[in-house]
Amino acid sequence: MAPTGEIQPASEEPLVEETLVEEVSIDGMCGVY
Amino acid sequence: MAFDPQLPYRASPRVALRPEPFGALVYHFGTRRLSFLKTKQLVDVVSGLDRHESVHAAIDAAGVEEAQRPAYLRALAGLAENGTIEERV
Amino acid sequence: MKLVDHFQYGLNSPICLTWELTYACNLACVHCLSSSGRRDPRELTTSEAMGVIDELQRMQVFYVNIGGGEPTVRPDFWELVDYAVAHDVGVKFSTNGIKLDAARAEQLAATDYVDVQISLDGATAEVNDHVRGPGSYATAVRALENLAAAGFAQPKISVVMTRQNVDQLDAFAAIADRFGAQLRITRLRPSGRGADVWDELHPTAAQQRQLYDWLVGHGENVLTGDSFFHLSAYGEALPGLNLCGAGRVVCLIDPVGDVYACPFAIHENFLAGNVRSPGGFQEVWQGSELFAQLRQPQTGGACRSCGFYDSCQGGCMAAKFFTGLPLDGPDPECVRGFGEQALAARDGSTLIPKSDVDHSRSAPRNSRGPVPVTIGRRPEKACETSPLAGLAGDASDSRLRVPVAGS
Repeated sequence: MAPTGEIQPASEEPLVEETLVEEVSIDGMCGVY
Repeated sequence: MAFDPQLPYRASPRVALRPEPFGALVYHFGTRRLSFLKTKQLVDVVSGLDRHESVHAAIDAAGVEEAQRPAYLRALAGLAENGTIEERV
Repeated sequence: MKLVDHFQYGLNSPICLTWELTYACNLACVHCLSSSGRRDPRELTTSEAMGVIDELQRMQVFYVNIGGGEPTVRPDFWELVDYAVAHDVGVKFSTNGIKLDAARAEQLAATDYVDVQISLDGATAEVNDHVRGPGSYATAVRALENLAAAGFAQPKISVVMTRQNVDQLDAFAAIADRFGAQLRITRLRPSGRGADVWDELHPTAAQQRQLYDWLVGHGENVLTGDSFFHLSAYGEALPGLNLCGAGRVVCLIDPVGDVYACPFAIHENFLAGNVRSPGGFQEVWQGSELFAQLRQPQTGGACRSCGFYDSCQGGCMAAKFFTGLPLDGPDPECVRGFGEQALAARDGSTLIPKSDVDHSRSAPRNSRGPVPVTIGRRPEKACETSPLAGLAGDASDSRLRVPVAGS
């Protein structure tokens, strides 16, 4: 299946198939105080 | 500035691109945004941008299937929007 | 494939990591996750620290959060920050503000790629100082004033959410606005000295809901360090990767060079290696048995049948570990209440792990269980199940047998 191109926030499930790019804030990783 | 794939682009010099097993991580030191490029082909397109006269040419050179061109263009438009790639003067 | 599925193959380097530069601290916060206070004589030297930075540069680690203890009490702190920035490693340092006088604030304002995070756990001195000690609120505010006056762009104010400050969320936001700072709120974990105060200080179930609702309604510009991913089971996921990053995308380098899966898991069960070993930090990140285990896909264990597991991922490993709960079961603050049940089911025989790593300045903190007695060999670790563990001829290596979810 063709991947969609939209950038999605990493926390959302893609509605269709896989996205090509996911974006997240550098503060969006658990385990860093 | 609207994304125009007929123009030459390049990865922003403020961006670090780190290849990973799944593709690449891209970190913009200015905006502090992190992007995950989830296919190796997209990584090839992005890192090849400064060697081609247009985004389309970079997509061609990376061997992207024609059916996937629209998806790649949307992804690249997003990367232009968030500063990962920029027009090359 | 979801992003999280890619991580099982390991990243070449952490995306970012916490680096505690020293266990020395001018404060003695009751909930300190690293039980800091006294300097450890085995601290990495300036030269060793620069060696670590060189490695981080080679590995293309984008960003490091430097903390401690209080990192600015190290005489070489400013030199190390400059060195990191000069070697392509972005720095955010976490401080109580003690050294941020007007002159330092001016210097910081003139430095690119350095971010400052001021710790504050109350919107009033009364609430803050109860946890962080007398005068600590004033110190933090003074630092924020100096940074604002110097034109430093957007320092972070980082708050650990407790039972006592959940009602102050709006007030925290106002303080951030007042100083041109960005608010960051994080989860209290029962780690370090936090274990001793967790029962009294962790938010109630109702307060967790209050916190979640506030983030959804007002949290657009509020950072969380993804520390509330366990609240995703309430509904809409909060921004962030929404998964435990320990050993997969992040880790901790401690003041003596020990590498732990996460700063909230400073305990030998989560010790992956030491940067002073051959191969340095890279070898630990890429070759450690512990990290290979943590990167395996998780099946959910006892949470498998819960419809919300996909959202909450079973919550925080450190929170489970230090409350004596099994790692393949619910988070102690599971929003569906399964954690409360599990906590209530603990009895006198439940072993609550306690870290050997304690640099607290005052008398040993409250012990939660029997005092381990060493009779010629190391005490058994809480997770050890073999009666032969530690005895000559025992083939098991408890360091490798970290109970992880799904195993």
